[in-house]
Amino acid sequence: MRIEIDEISKQFGTTAALTPVSLAIPSGALVALLGPSGSGKTTLLRILGGLEFPTSGRVLFDGQDATGLTVQDRRAGFVFQSYALFRHMTVFDNIAYGLNARPRASRPPKAEVTRRVQKLLELIQLPDIGSRYPSQLSGGQRQRVALARALAIEPRMLLLDEPFGALDAKVRKELRQGLRDIHDETGLTTVFVTHDQEEAMELADLVVVMSMGRIEQIGKPADIRARPASQFVREFITA
Amino acid sequence: MSDIPLRSYRPVTTEAPLFRTALIVVVLGILAVLLFAPLITVFYEALRKGALEALTSLANPEALSAIKLTLLVAALAVPLNAVFGIAAAWFITKYDFRGKAFLITLIDLPFSVSPVVAGLCIVLTFGANTAFGGWLVGMGYPIVFALPGIVLASLFVTFPFVARELIPVMIEQGRAEEEAALTLGASGWRVFLTVTLPNIRWALLYGVLLANARAMGEFGAVAVVSGKIRGVTATMPITIEMMYNEYLSVAAFSLAGVLALLALVTLALKTALEIAHADALAANHRH
Repeated sequence: MRIEIDEISKQFGTTAALTPVSLAIPSGALVALLGPSGSGKTTLLRILGGLEFPTSGRVLFDGQDATGLTVQDRRAGFVFQSYALFRHMTVFDNIAYGLNARPRASRPPKAEVTRRVQKLLELIQLPDIGSRYPSQLSGGQRQRVALARALAIEPRMLLLDEPFGALDAKVRKELRQGLRDIHDETGLTTVFVTHDQEEAMELADLVVVMSMGRIEQIGKPADIRARPASQFVREFITA
Repeated sequence: MSDIPLRSYRPVTTEAPLFRTALIVVVLGILAVLLFAPLITVFYEALRKGALEALTSLANPEALSAIKLTLLVAALAVPLNAVFGIAAAWFITKYDFRGKAFLITLIDLPFSVSPVVAGLCIVLTFGANTAFGGWLVGMGYPIVFALPGIVLASLFVTFPFVARELIPVMIEQGRAEEEAALTLGASGWRVFLTVTLPNIRWALLYGVLLANARAMGEFGAVAVVSGKIRGVTATMPITIEMMYNEYLSVAAFSLAGVLALLALVTLALKTALEIAHADALAANHRH
């Protein structure tokens, strides 16, 4: 799905989290929103997911205005920073949540839910953990379960907020490849937020460098490295 | 080769044995004097003239009416306050707004205001000689000296319990799980039932039990608004006081024993539930 962000701004009280920003994300791209904390990258991601609404501007999905679309109707697979797994449910029930939450008419039968959850558990290479609780999983396993849960709703796009933030360096590297593989397999338009320039450069097709609620530069990793558009970008990508 | 002297080391967080024993004795002593002795006295006084005498005194219409009224008031006030408490805690923890600290202070108000003052406020607001109260009496729905007034007074004094238990739990849990459920397509009501409520159930249960104990035991506020009409608006604590003042000591202590038993049963229920759900509790890392 193609995503267009058209002159979006966001005010929280008197502070501007986003000064009008525009961005076009081609269908099937893997995009990194890169910037220091307070740069507005998470706000932009949450606006795409329908968790915040912009003060002004429009969001378009495949050319259709989606600005007022509710969070439920966006069908955005969202992976939260701390994963936000449902702590009182097993891994199986976590992944099945989105399927069971559908209106009765479009809810798949039980056997179909089981089959799909099992398939997702295999996709994240953890086929045997369905009966465990989130508190019994390692950080890396939790992240993968959160990804499977987001994929279960057959999302139109994948949005990830600092997906590797809480993990150690080794697991981080493995999961980066995991995300790349899942992206290539599903072909989903994927946007992830990170403050780690190395992660953004290594993983993304397109990097959006942000600072203080503005987009500083949009480009392929190699282009940004070769021709940083501003002093800020130059300093940030060499940090 | 040097010999290392054998010494027994104790953990740094432990006190000397003598000091430890002294502490335990002091705590047990205080518990015995403040808690167990009065509780035992209640049952001793109730049964002094035999179990039959105690049971007969409970079968007295005044006592029966008091028990029924107290259970009815608790059955009305506790669920209402569970709902109000969840709503208040939800509002405070899931939204950011101006005056939040003030609202939290307001919720605590019943803890700092004397129940008698609260009762007087209800009388002055809804009494028959006020415009609103007079109109209600005219319509045939008096509030003061009647059941609605007692329920209102009980609601007031038990208001903080549920909200107080829930707010810290809900603050710690944050909004992420609810947001995740929303992005997965769940409606607001479904999110509440499948995510919020299971996450707060133990705090909610605890708050409800505390509110229940307080609702059944409230004296001051109810004494003012009920008018202490025998067999009509006299709750258990008020009936106990009236009987005691009339030197009906067996009757008074028997009724007091029932009230104490109700409290003990709630405590036992809570403990039983905790044991039965030990696994779920461990998975939650809470309470």
